[in-house]
Amino acid sequence: MEKNYMKLEFLSKSSNESFARVVVAAFASQLDPTLEELSDIKTAVSEAVTNAIIHGYEYGEGIIILEAKIIDDEIEILVEDKGMGIADIEKAMEPFYTSKPNLERSGMGFTVMETFMDSLEVESKKGEGTKVRMRKKFKSLSSKE
Amino acid sequence: MYISVEKHKDNLLIQFKGELDHHSSEIVRQKIDQQYLDQRIRNIILDLRGLTFMDSSGIGLIMGRYKNCLEKKGKLSIVNDNPQVDKMLKMSGLLKIINVYPTIESAIENI
Ligand SMILES: Nc1ncnc2c1ncn2[C@@H]1O[C@H](COP(=O)(O)OP(=O)(O)OP(=O)(O)O)[C@@H](O)[C@H]1O
Ligand SMILES: [Mg+2]
Repeated sequence: MEKNYMKLEFLSKSSNESFARVVVAAFASQLDPTLEELSDIKTAVSEAVTNAIIHGYEYGEGIIILEAKIIDDEIEILVEDKGMGIADIEKAMEPFYTSKPNLERSGMGFTVMETFMDSLEVESKKGEGTKVRMRKKFKSLSSKE
Repeated sequence: MYISVEKHKDNLLIQFKGELDHHSSEIVRQKIDQQYLDQRIRNIILDLRGLTFMDSSGIGLIMGRYKNCLEKKGKLSIVNDNPQVDKMLKMSGLLKIINVYPTIESAIENI
């Protein structure tokens, strides 16, 4: 069984959105992903990190934790903030729901994560923060065996 | 992110280069909206072919400009050939209300 792990902490600045994407893409490249698979995980990471910045830490900067785990041909990504949390997760995950329509948000972030990854789990508590865990299997590796 | 903004008659043509995310969309929004204040301008053409990345912040940006165009009784069109961007556009449902063309010329012809 192939195993690998990484963890990164960074400040919730919007300039770190591209940084987080590049880190995960570089870490995932050892799985030899296709261009589409790579762009899928970059987009999902971007959605989770952007949410932590604009929603989680709406009232001030904080630390975002990014973890990635590789087990065989699967990557698991965790994006965590210790921000304001989500009161109603079910509602938050509905397509097109946004608490910030005035900021021109489309309410598609969770839908993108769900569609572009194989699985999505959201854990959150109001006032404590949010954990978003996503998994994706890379077909490029398995098809080579 | 780099954008060029050009005016052709009553059309505003915006060409993107780079990554469109929450960070870059704020500046892009300001640049487009400022030029769109021009009384002569009615239509917006967004050329997304130079984008190497776009997430839901890009969808929010497009939706916002689309609404502005409706208010001015103009039309918003997209030029794109990038499969990643196309995947986002499809998911968002924007393709039901906005036309996508392969070239700037074909977009202008169909306004
Ligand atoms: N990390 C978080 N902390 C607190 N609230 C969150 C967090 N992530 C998401 N939310 C809540 O869930 C809602 C839906 O999130 P989602 O990403 O689907 O849409 P959005 O961020 O509002 O819009 P978009 O992602 O399309 O720009 C948000 O509007 C927000 O209220
Ligand atoms: Mg979001």
